[in-house]
Amino acid sequence: MNDVTTSAEPIMRAESLGMRFGGFTALKDVSVAFPAGELTAIIGPNGAGKSTFFNLISGAFPPSEGRIYFRGRDITRTPQHRFARLGIAKSFQITNVFPQLTALENVRFAIQCMSQRFNVWTPRGRFAEMTERAASLLQMVGLDQHHHRLAMNLAHGEQRALEIALALACDPALLLLDEPTAGMSPEETTAMMDLITSLAAERTVVLVEHKMKLVMGISNRLIVLHHGELLAEGTPEEVRANDEVRRVYLGQGDR
Amino acid sequence: MSLANPQERLTVSGRRLAGLVSLMARHRVAAVLGFLLIFPFLLPYEALAVNILIYGLYALGFNMVFGYMGVLSFGHAAFFGLGSYATGIAIVHYGVPWLPAIGIGIVAAGLGAAVIGGLAIRTRGIYFAMVTLALSQCVYYLVYQMEDLSGGENGLRGVDVYDLNIPGLELTLIDPLTKYYFVFAFVALAVWLFSRLLASPFGAVLEALRENESRARACGTDVAMSKWLAFVISGLFCGLAGALNAIHLTIVPIESLHYHTSGLAVMMALLGGMGTFFGPFVGALTFLMLEDVITLVTVHWQLFVGALFVFFILFFPRGIWGTLLHWLSR
Ligand SMILES: Nc1ncnc2c1ncn2[C@@H]1O[C@H](COP(=O)(O)OP(=O)(O)OP(=O)(O)O)[C@@H](O)[C@H]1O
Ligand SMILES: [Mg+2]
Repeated sequence: MNDVTTSAEPIMRAESLGMRFGGFTALKDVSVAFPAGELTAIIGPNGAGKSTFFNLISGAFPPSEGRIYFRGRDITRTPQHRFARLGIAKSFQITNVFPQLTALENVRFAIQCMSQRFNVWTPRGRFAEMTERAASLLQMVGLDQHHHRLAMNLAHGEQRALEIALALACDPALLLLDEPTAGMSPEETTAMMDLITSLAAERTVVLVEHKMKLVMGISNRLIVLHHGELLAEGTPEEVRANDEVRRVYLGQGDR
Repeated sequence: MSLANPQERLTVSGRRLAGLVSLMARHRVAAVLGFLLIFPFLLPYEALAVNILIYGLYALGFNMVFGYMGVLSFGHAAFFGLGSYATGIAIVHYGVPWLPAIGIGIVAAGLGAAVIGGLAIRTRGIYFAMVTLALSQCVYYLVYQMEDLSGGENGLRGVDVYDLNIPGLELTLIDPLTKYYFVFAFVALAVWLFSRLLASPFGAVLEALRENESRARACGTDVAMSKWLAFVISGLFCGLAGALNAIHLTIVPIESLHYHTSGLAVMMALLGGMGTFFGPFVGALTFLMLEDVITLVTVHWQLFVGALFVFFILFFPRGIWGTLLHWLSR
């Protein structure tokens, strides 16, 4: 394995993570650290265990083995709903928004989750600053024309953008994105990659992607999973030069 | 109530109706209360009007969990019944004045909801319905067994509140219209509180849980805690309905706790329109009026109400009010 030395302290660290579903081992002994401020991409062919790893570090379910640390604190068993307020946000591989709420209501709810969770009294209309913030997040992801459309009526690419806006609502220090370009047209993909690059300027981003080519240009570091194991990690150049990685991706066309 | 932009296709009269409905939606509390205020004059006798008020309130409380949060409980009779019995027992056995007795009923229902909700909230879907059903039946048998306190199968008799003893006012519940407005005062307060709750950030949590629980969790919602809280609040409203029913009937029938009463809430909410503000009252009104009219003709009124219920589920799943809103917003 390449020994990567970075000056930055890791914001998140996974220690020999393993995950079994019944008798099937989806992930085995994966130890990685995500340096603060960098954009790390997790790549690997279909079924490599990327989403499983992603779900573990975003708290969707606890690992069968290993530990997860965020800013030095053990969060292995922390319930997922606490993650947002710790500063960890995620987007889902399969679009997961509130279909019958408008785009603005979607984002405003996510913002509200940070401060007013059990307020049963104050009318929502009083929180004008939440609406303003929601509007500015929608603008950031390119949905400023669509405030009052129901999420279910948005185009696929727009729903993916809304998904990102929801994740940004908690102003995360660590943003976890699972295949944000899944099912997008080439133009939408380019726009999404630009957005991710700009987001990465202000926070740590971990991006799952199975198209190696897409992330080569924009990530600082790559992690390659294969059959549930860590195959390689390092800078894009190092990973590209790695023989095993070449073998795994060989014959996969333009990926 | 979101009435998404009524469009051009409506006729002039349709548009006027849509305008009226959207006005009602914007002033939902005033609309409900305005209607209920003149309501007893539209009915042949006041007792029916009082029933509709009480069961409308009961269905309203139930609708918080069912319609707004999207969780089916089959145990709400427990909260209606606990409210009834606690209020009744306080009055009959301990001579507590009616106002604190109602408070006791509400608190008892809230505690019941806290326990039942706490046990059931980790299950989902049909399991949640079954667990709440089973636990509410436990409450039924418990109360049934405590014969000294509850009167057992005969129910609790003698919940006689006639003179309200409000200084400066000579009010007696023997007068049916007075009784109606007595109950109305509590329902009005409850409807206002309910609307306020829906409009609060917590109201948004309910919607979000109904729409997409996993996303709500990822956004930072403590799903179990929020569901539990909604369940308890819902129980408080149903408890108030039960407490008022004890005073209205002057007895507490053991059937208040029976799962049939749980089923009533489901039927009324569905009939009126789940997740709509007016739905529960529309549902209670339809259900009880039909019962009242059809029992004059045949004792098998449940057959007809059942058929109507099935008809609505199959052809108008949004319920009466929900369908009306849907038509007008197209
Ligand atoms: N809940 C589960 N139960 C059983 N097996 C699972 C479960 N989740 C994932 N797996 C299996 O674990 C393996 C890894 O799946 P995972 O979704 O992590 O892959 P991935 O790298 O994200 O793939 P893709 O590129 O298709 O998204 C697959 O073989 C999958 O079938
Ligand atoms: Mg995946």
